[in-house]
Amino acid sequence: MTMYRIEVEDLNVYFGEDHILKDINLKIPKNTVTALIGPSGCGKSTFIRTLNRMNDVIPGFRHEGHVYLDGKDIYDPDVDVVELRKKIGMVFQKPNPFPKSVFENVAYGLRVHGITDKDVIENRVVESLKAAALWDEVKDKLDQTALSLSGGQQQRLCIARTIAIEPEVILMDEPCSALDPISTTKIEDLIHKLKRKFTIIIVTHNMQQATRVSKYTAFFLNGEIVESGLTEKIFVEPQDKRTEEYITGRFG
Amino acid sequence: MIRMSFKLISPKTVQKIMNGVLWASGIFTIIILIVIIGYILLKGLPAVNLEFLLAEPIESGRAGGIAPMIVSSIYVTLLAVLIATPLGVGAAVYMAEYAGETQIVKFIKFGAETLASIPSIVFGLFGLSFFVIFLGLGWSLFSGGLVLALMALPTIFQVAVVSIESVPRSYREASWALGATNWETIYRVVIPAAMPGIVTGVILGMARAISEAAAVMFVVGSALSMPISIFDPGRPLPLHLYVLATEGLSLKNAYGTAAVLVIMVLIITVTTNTLVERYRRKMMGR
Repeated sequence: MTMYRIEVEDLNVYFGEDHILKDINLKIPKNTVTALIGPSGCGKSTFIRTLNRMNDVIPGFRHEGHVYLDGKDIYDPDVDVVELRKKIGMVFQKPNPFPKSVFENVAYGLRVHGITDKDVIENRVVESLKAAALWDEVKDKLDQTALSLSGGQQQRLCIARTIAIEPEVILMDEPCSALDPISTTKIEDLIHKLKRKFTIIIVTHNMQQATRVSKYTAFFLNGEIVESGLTEKIFVEPQDKRTEEYITGRFG
Repeated sequence: MIRMSFKLISPKTVQKIMNGVLWASGIFTIIILIVIIGYILLKGLPAVNLEFLLAEPIESGRAGGIAPMIVSSIYVTLLAVLIATPLGVGAAVYMAEYAGETQIVKFIKFGAETLASIPSIVFGLFGLSFFVIFLGLGWSLFSGGLVLALMALPTIFQVAVVSIESVPRSYREASWALGATNWETIYRVVIPAAMPGIVTGVILGMARAISEAAAVMFVVGSALSMPISIFDPGRPLPLHLYVLATEGLSLKNAYGTAAVLVIMVLIITVTTNTLVERYRRKMMGR
């Protein structure tokens, strides 16, 4: 009924006494890339971690408002966090493959979700590595430890690991900040490919990256969304002065 | 006022001197190790032959071999490790993953430290009154294994806590984000990643257990015959060594026993270190 994958309504987030996110409202359409921009400490990372409930484990975390995934509030008491995280995958700032083989890294999520059929696992691993544009580089070293790959390859492996469990949404928290320009280009190309199948939310400090990969952009400042909408609009004719100052590099 | 700074020795010279001091400390440590092991082997190996390893002692150990002592040592050490490892690792996982920084955690850590510093003879006395008499387990290798388990426990626990805590948080987050529960994350990611450290702790505990005379002397029965089951009395190598030396039975055989004990410990540590290193290289690359 709705064309939105995620709808955030009047979201407030606190860590103990600190009011981190203030009255966030955001709608994220299906199969698009949404970029979250803003200076460090503005709440972007906290925001995407609220979307897959990674903040649950942080002492003092508290929220008000609603986060709907396909119309269902993910903070409802009857929501199974394990099932939720199967639907909302996450790629972290620093590549963090497990100290396991390349194959086992991708198979991990499948095993966790109870898939034991060897053929199914193998197919899914190969498909995911292909989808993450990594297959050609690692097909001869599936048994080697993932930590022997380069940083860019490790990050694509983390993406492969995430898409192996076939989520609906992929959250990316500055996925290229630890990578060189060539690896960054590869990841951006990959994002373009992946948006056909997945809804992607990406936090980035790189304005060019936001314009290159995203259709929508939300500008965060001090825990609030100052402005959100079509990326071209935000970057060409920002409505708010603070947005303009940030994207033109006057602060941040 | 102008503060004058006099430097009698230039920083470069200080650096050179300190390099020398640190190097010397390192070398000194190794020399002590080599001298002790070398001395024991030099004095002990002449007594060691196939008969010594395979025969039972004759005349309280004046002659014959030490086969029952080797078997006793293997029994009590294995028993100790088999009991202490799951307990120690389990407690460490609980502490590192579930407990947080609460009062009880501090208390458990303090308890482990205290347990580690209790003299082994006190463990022995406790074993006598609790395992041997109160629980009625009698003088047996089983009682000895239980006492040694108590002694190995804090070592295994402390090393396991450190290695589990040093597993990067990013591994755990990656696992949670893929929908794994806390427990799945622990046994599929955290424990394998901490394995080299945990194994090192188990080996340290094992080394402590295998070299104990005082802790077992009141509880194993000090029998000279070959133990068949763990419920038989026995006499582990360090205890045999102690008896041979203090009762003036045979200093030659005492050194022979010491040499066998040292070689056993060396075999255990070298093998496991090699395996751990191989595992680490396979998992971590480079």
